[in-house]
Amino acid sequence: MRHFLTLFWHEVRMLFLSASTYIAAVVFLGFMGFIFMRILEDYAGTPQDTSPAVAFFGLFFLPVWVMVPLLTMKSLAEERRSGTLETLLTAPVNTAEVVLAKFAASYLLYLLQWLSTLGFVFVLHHFARDSRLLDPGPLIGGYLFIAVSGLLYTAIGTLASALVRSQAVAGIVSFAVIFALTLGVRLIGGLALLQQDNLGGMRETLAAVDVFRHLEDFTRGVVDTRQVVFYFTGTALALILSILGVEAKILRS
Amino acid sequence: MSGPAPENTIEVQQLVKAYAGVTAVNGISFTVRRGEVVGFLGPNGAGKSTTMRILTGFLPATSGFVSVCGVPVASRPEDVKRHIGYMPENNPLPEDVRVSEYLAFRGRLKELSGKRLRTRIDTVVELCDLKRIRHRIIGKLSKGMRQRVGIAEAVLAEPDLLIMDEPTIGLDPHQIIMIRDLIIGLRGRMSVIISSHILPEIEATCDRVIIINQGRLVASGSPDDLRHEFLGRANYRVEVAGETELLRGALAALRPGLALDTVDGPDAQGFTTYEVACPDSDDLGEPLVHALAATPGLRLRACARTEASLEHVFLAATRRSWDATLEDKKPGQKT
Repeated sequence: MRHFLTLFWHEVRMLFLSASTYIAAVVFLGFMGFIFMRILEDYAGTPQDTSPAVAFFGLFFLPVWVMVPLLTMKSLAEERRSGTLETLLTAPVNTAEVVLAKFAASYLLYLLQWLSTLGFVFVLHHFARDSRLLDPGPLIGGYLFIAVSGLLYTAIGTLASALVRSQAVAGIVSFAVIFALTLGVRLIGGLALLQQDNLGGMRETLAAVDVFRHLEDFTRGVVDTRQVVFYFTGTALALILSILGVEAKILRS
Repeated sequence: MSGPAPENTIEVQQLVKAYAGVTAVNGISFTVRRGEVVGFLGPNGAGKSTTMRILTGFLPATSGFVSVCGVPVASRPEDVKRHIGYMPENNPLPEDVRVSEYLAFRGRLKELSGKRLRTRIDTVVELCDLKRIRHRIIGKLSKGMRQRVGIAEAVLAEPDLLIMDEPTIGLDPHQIIMIRDLIIGLRGRMSVIISSHILPEIEATCDRVIIINQGRLVASGSPDDLRHEFLGRANYRVEVAGETELLRGALAALRPGLALDTVDGPDAQGFTTYEVACPDSDDLGEPLVHALAATPGLRLRACARTEASLEHVFLAATRRSWDATLEDKKPGQKT
């Protein structure tokens, strides 16, 4: 792992030089700013019983669908398409270092973009000066949830990029998988078919991987280790498959 | 990296690489000595790039043994990578970075750091004439410049073995000469393997040529040896004025079996250009000049030995191997 940092900083630099990073950032901040404004308008109109942070993070999946594919789709697919993966892997580095560095760089940018939404909170704090609107509990819980779940989402994006040659296809694949993991689980869980008695186990499984339930727990200040283990093992699995995927592709190239 | 450097930089024994249903490399064995410049020739799809990729540890072999600087590639690919500089086919480079940034990144990956990294970068920038484009973005460079960046990167960490897959493809003659000089400058300092289609290039730079075809090694040796082996005869071009029959007689008296061929008709001064083909490769130059000059009625203006180019050797060698493989397949096979 001695080359990890060299590769990592190179990747971060390449992400900062890439147009899709800025598109992701602009779309993300514009969208989140709009949501934040609407939430504040709602809160100004009628009193609500939850903190604005809870409502804000409740829509986290919308930007994630766009942002994660834009940040990760290029990473390995583009290296393979242009052939630079060959030069990279004939330097004294191994596949694991390359994949992990790319994953870590995408994750860092994912975190940085979310952290930039702290600007909204700062603006609100500066102008509203109302401590009820800025309950730190749900805010910290929400950001913690974003950090933990983001590991899995960027790992899935990296996996999609490892398995296909075209970055556009990689982007669509990671969008589809993240969609299925967020809204898809909730939609399937709501099917009338699953209400049958003999499918109780399936209902429970779907409930356990329901990210909205995880978010709810986090913003209430409950950090359930089962949920954290779910995200960590999912991330590890996706990364191991990415490493194996890159190596398998080389064998068949 | 312990002990003295072994005499052979590369040792390949019975190397086989099979993809799904296709045998790209089929039992190749060769060695490359320290400091030797070796040219790798073969038609498209002969298995040149595959062999090179196996040498770098990028692709695993199906069977056989490969070692670089005494390190077996199959079991210690990461140690092998410390000994080599590799420039793949088409020289892929990242588009968005500056030349100096790219070299610094690659240098750090190759475990150079601090002052040594800076001096090495300065050295290769000087060597490959990159001073003026040092701070330009790679995506905006011309093909020749990109090629020089690729070579600079390959020699950056002073590898024991430099592997270049088609380094001169798509370059103009000036750039080809520049790269040729660069390779000649490396001779003795590191072992070099170059694959190329441009045969005069190989002839000018390489100590030894390895020709492979359809995954098999068909010839190996210095260009001269190969010429001898595959063409086995010497040709002389003479410009003579006088009767053709007189010339025929003189040649027959000199040595039976010499074939005569008219190349060009008599010019304004009455001189005709002939090609004299000798069935073996004995040096016939001096006796030929004496014989022709001594024959009354013949005036000799020029006599020169025409060297068969490597191109002829290449064509002869690959054709012979095709015939061989066709014969192999004949008994009882439909395809």
